[in-house]
Amino acid sequence: MIVDIGIVAVKAFLVLFMVLNLAGILGWIERKGSALIQDRIGANRASVFGFAGMGLINTLIADPLKFLTKEDFVPPEGDKFLHTLAPCMTLFTALVTFAVIPFGDVLVLGERVINLQVANLNIGILYVFAIGSLGVYGIVIGAWASNNKFSLMGAVRGSAQMISYEVAMGLSVIGILMVFGTLELQEIARGQGTLIRDMLPESAGFLRSTVGRLPAWGIFLQPLAFLLFFTAAVAETKRIPFDLPEAESELVAGYHVEYSGGKFLMFFAGEFAEIVTAAGLMTTLFFGGWQVPYLMRDGFHFPWGEAVVLPHLAVTALQVGAFTLKVIFFCWLQILLRWSVPRFRYDQVMRLGWKMLLPLALLNVIVTAIVIIALQ
Amino acid sequence: MVPLDYYLILSAVIFAIGVIGVLVRRNLIVVLMSIELMLNAVNLTFIAFSRYLASMQGQVVVVFVMAVAAAEAVIGLAIVISVFRHRRTLDPQEMQLLKW
Amino acid sequence: MDASVILFYVISVLLVLSSLMVVFLRNVVHCALALVVALFLIAILFVMLHAPMVGVLQVLVYAGAIMVLFLFVIMFLNPTASEPRRKLWWGFGSAAALLLAASLAALLSNGEAPADPVTATETFGSPETLAKSLFTDFVLPFEITSVLLLVAIIGAVVLAKREP
Repeated sequence: MIVDIGIVAVKAFLVLFMVLNLAGILGWIERKGSALIQDRIGANRASVFGFAGMGLINTLIADPLKFLTKEDFVPPEGDKFLHTLAPCMTLFTALVTFAVIPFGDVLVLGERVINLQVANLNIGILYVFAIGSLGVYGIVIGAWASNNKFSLMGAVRGSAQMISYEVAMGLSVIGILMVFGTLELQEIARGQGTLIRDMLPESAGFLRSTVGRLPAWGIFLQPLAFLLFFTAAVAETKRIPFDLPEAESELVAGYHVEYSGGKFLMFFAGEFAEIVTAAGLMTTLFFGGWQVPYLMRDGFHFPWGEAVVLPHLAVTALQVGAFTLKVIFFCWLQILLRWSVPRFRYDQVMRLGWKMLLPLALLNVIVTAIVIIALQ
Repeated sequence: MVPLDYYLILSAVIFAIGVIGVLVRRNLIVVLMSIELMLNAVNLTFIAFSRYLASMQGQVVVVFVMAVAAAEAVIGLAIVISVFRHRRTLDPQEMQLLKW
Repeated sequence: MDASVILFYVISVLLVLSSLMVVFLRNVVHCALALVVALFLIAILFVMLHAPMVGVLQVLVYAGAIMVLFLFVIMFLNPTASEPRRKLWWGFGSAAALLLAASLAALLSNGEAPADPVTATETFGSPETLAKSLFTDFVLPFEITSVLLLVAIIGAVVLAKREP
């Protein structure tokens, strides 16, 4: 009993550690990456004994120190309790979502089989959407407590955008749920280990020999759903091109204009943690999660017959490493996207969410249903 | 194992608190929120019974109650908005044009 | 004392506290947030009662969408006038509600020892079981509810439209 709780605590600590560190490193990648894209040097002033570490010292040590030592003020007419509560809610909902994302298969220690996922809920992905819908409150309350018309405008835009794209996000995932037949994320990740060959019936001989050699990753089975989910997830995290709520050139800083110091750091860290969470979801649903292609629990089984046997710890290490690499790749992709495209106008955002993503997601569900029935 | 009575008494208390809100508060939005509180108390009763009689019907009814509550909250708030536009107040005491 | 009984007591005390805050606080935004907390606690109770699917639906729909709508309307209308309070009416209302609570509690609690709850299977309350019930036994109310939601959407848009 105590050992069980201890194991869950260690897993939760590991996940939190990884997410928060990744959020910090993403801040650095954002500054230096944007500097590379925009042909400038970026932040390089802070250094320890002349060693500036490519801006790492600046972002990881100097920046947080600066934020934490700033004066913490609440606007005079603003609501003090709510002003402090809002960034906590944003950071909380961004971090808690990672509890259901599996970062590995199983770890067998002696006779104890540890499922490498902090909480294996039978409602799996719905938990993610529920916590995501709670994320709207951070913005709404933050802007309300600031007693500032610009914040309020940013918050109204932000929350309308978030609730619109929640619908599109949920509907785009239904295709994946239909294919794998379960809501649990660990089962979806495991289900992507089989080859497509095993999902097709005997009669589709041609398909089996060509496409069938690929592992059954979500991206091969539901490409349209991946595009819809990617768009909706970027809109949920309020990143450019959907960053009207924060629009630096229009609303100063939108809903977090009246925040400074530690509270702003929490909003900032919450936004990067949401990027990591969105990347984690994308890998788990569409790119096999922790799956390495053709790697089963006892080693590699290539479709052309060869097999390489590996010890259990090596397999687990490979899978956890693969998960981390994929998450970092999608984080990097979102950061690249930020500095490459201009932002949408607000009515364009709404039109995209309701008039384009929603019908496409419904169409995806219908087509998936037809294909599944036809292949039975 | 928590006895069924505890859940029923808890939902009775929440229901009564919602009733206070509806009867006494003079802000239409708070009245609507107290109605939501009462509906949730009823949902809690349904789920408690569904567990103790091991029947899924209670949970299905709760899903329907939630959908109806959502529809009712939406319409209620739309009415509140249109009333506020005319009367500039949210006090139910002020809305007595039908009184004779 | 079982762990689940302790948890139940903690959650029910918090729930009663937040419901009282919904009804008794002056600031409407604070009342709305207290209601969000109350809904979240009720969702936790649902999960304790082996109804995880309904619990997560509660958070997703009630706490995540309906209460956001309430907050929108509160921010939009921005009522500045504070409501008048009369102690007589508050006392009368609280007394009536107390009477109601007492009579409900007396009616609902059995004198005898509670029977053991029927042992639930592993899948009780899981999404599959709920969906199976919803789409086979209750498919007619399900379809009618979808029409009801459509009517509600159209009604809300028409009601809240600005007169041109």
